Amino acid sequence: MGKDRLNKQGAKVRLRISGLSKSYDVKNGILKAVDNINFEVYDNEFLVILGPGQCGKSVLLNMIAGLEEPTTGTIELDGKKINGSDPRIGMVFQKIALMPWKTVMQNTEIGPKFRGINKRTRREKAQMYIDLVGLNGFEDSYPSQLSGGMKQRVGIARAYANDPEILLMDEPFGALDAQTRYAMEEEVAKIWQKEKRTIIFVTNNIEEACYLGDRIILFSESPARIKELYVDDLPKPRDIVSQKFLELRTIISENTDLAI
Amino acid sequence: MEKPDNRDIKVEVKHLTKYFGKLHVLDDVSFNIKKGEFLCVVGPTGCGKTTFLNVLTKIYEATSGELRIDGELADPKRHNLACVFQEPSAFPWLTVEENLRFGLEIKKLPKQEIKERVEQMIQLLGLEKFRSTYPDQLSVSSAQRIIIGRAFAMKPDLLLMDEPYGQMDIKLRYYLEDEVLRLWREIGTTVVFITHNIEEAVYLSERCLILTNKPAAIKEIVVNDLPYPRDITGKEFIDLRKHITEQIKWW
Repeated sequence: MGKDRLNKQGAKVRLRISGLSKSYDVKNGILKAVDNINFEVYDNEFLVILGPGQCGKSVLLNMIAGLEEPTTGTIELDGKKINGSDPRIGMVFQKIALMPWKTVMQNTEIGPKFRGINKRTRREKAQMYIDLVGLNGFEDSYPSQLSGGMKQRVGIARAYANDPEILLMDEPFGALDAQTRYAMEEEVAKIWQKEKRTIIFVTNNIEEACYLGDRIILFSESPARIKELYVDDLPKPRDIVSQKFLELRTIISENTDLAI
Repeated sequence: MEKPDNRDIKVEVKHLTKYFGKLHVLDDVSFNIKKGEFLCVVGPTGCGKTTFLNVLTKIYEATSGELRIDGELADPKRHNLACVFQEPSAFPWLTVEENLRFGLEIKKLPKQEIKERVEQMIQLLGLEKFRSTYPDQLSVSSAQRIIIGRAFAMKPDLLLMDEPYGQMDIKLRYYLEDEVLRLWREIGTTVVFITHNIEEAVYLSERCLILTNKPAAIKEIVVNDLPYPRDITGKEFIDLRKHITEQIKWW
């Protein structure tokens, strides 16, 4: 446990990020949001990207999702460069953006629907993921009838229903209170155990990173640069008050800057 | 082992009950708070903590029950009840110094007294360089610290804080928690601090009030006499944290 010095031998690399940077033209020059990022993502790992607020980690994720174009650098999925959004990559956002006029079922099946999959198949698939996220019985509910945590679970089911090979999660629990956050972290960990996917999970919460991640990439303040890479091989499900957990949390916390 | 608490009783809460129409939110809540005590209130999400706080500060009238301060019925005109909320509420048109002065001027304190208290607060918060800065030029956490400083500077009879550190990251939280303990010790304020974060409650509290689910009643009052500053990796700290989590865990 601790710093990741070695590439995992034999672990299949799904995603390779090389020299990735993003800059924006602003009034008085250039604003660099992401600065020369290099890392690999292994098959079925739960990778956490941890960084302070506003550091650029969402921009990084947006580039991987194809929502923003890199200024320099490449993103390779299974050895081939990807350009723009790829259906193999799905995303869960913090601002869940469920369609308020659609039910849980309708929101969940929306991806397959747009891809022209027939009703029975896509309903079955959506149902499977609604069950997976523990919302069985709420298929006909509308978002306004759900709590924050429940809405987020629909977001996850919706992303899964698109059968992504890589799932990106952008601070999905940032808006939730501490307890609901714990509940959702446990849910996501359970879901991932049942239906393994390659996940890249962005957060600014150190405890959350330690709870969920197999590896944790620590980012600096803006512009985003990789500060450190940690391996978290504590057995799952993790005990957030165990000595080893608290140790890892402290190690990472000492490596972050106080943003007062 | 519990040490006897010989401090005077500052606040008495007696049979506080609150209905919103038919919705029963607070259920016969009774407890005392000692002068200068730091009391945390925790409970499961949605249990009524914020309503509890709003009734204590008289923002809402209780349906029944009473609140006494120093033995008299609590009266916002006579008693000083200060509040800090989760949303940043520094006045954007006032500088740091003016924000700190604000409550004291409202209470029409003598000029010299105001000057001394504001100075003390600026020193305690380390905001000397930022006296004339406006809140939106500072980070969210610093803007929040101004509000906390403003509330403490008023030396209220009761200071209520509703999750002031919300979603801040660990490092920032620890810094701010140490700061609030410093302010508390320096000024001797009676504090009620509501939080969702059990670790925070165990770090800060002398006693911790655990509320049940709606309608909120007192499940348990946990005495926490670990010496300050507390070691979050210590066995007793962790035991307390585990115990309180067990009491409220709904997930």
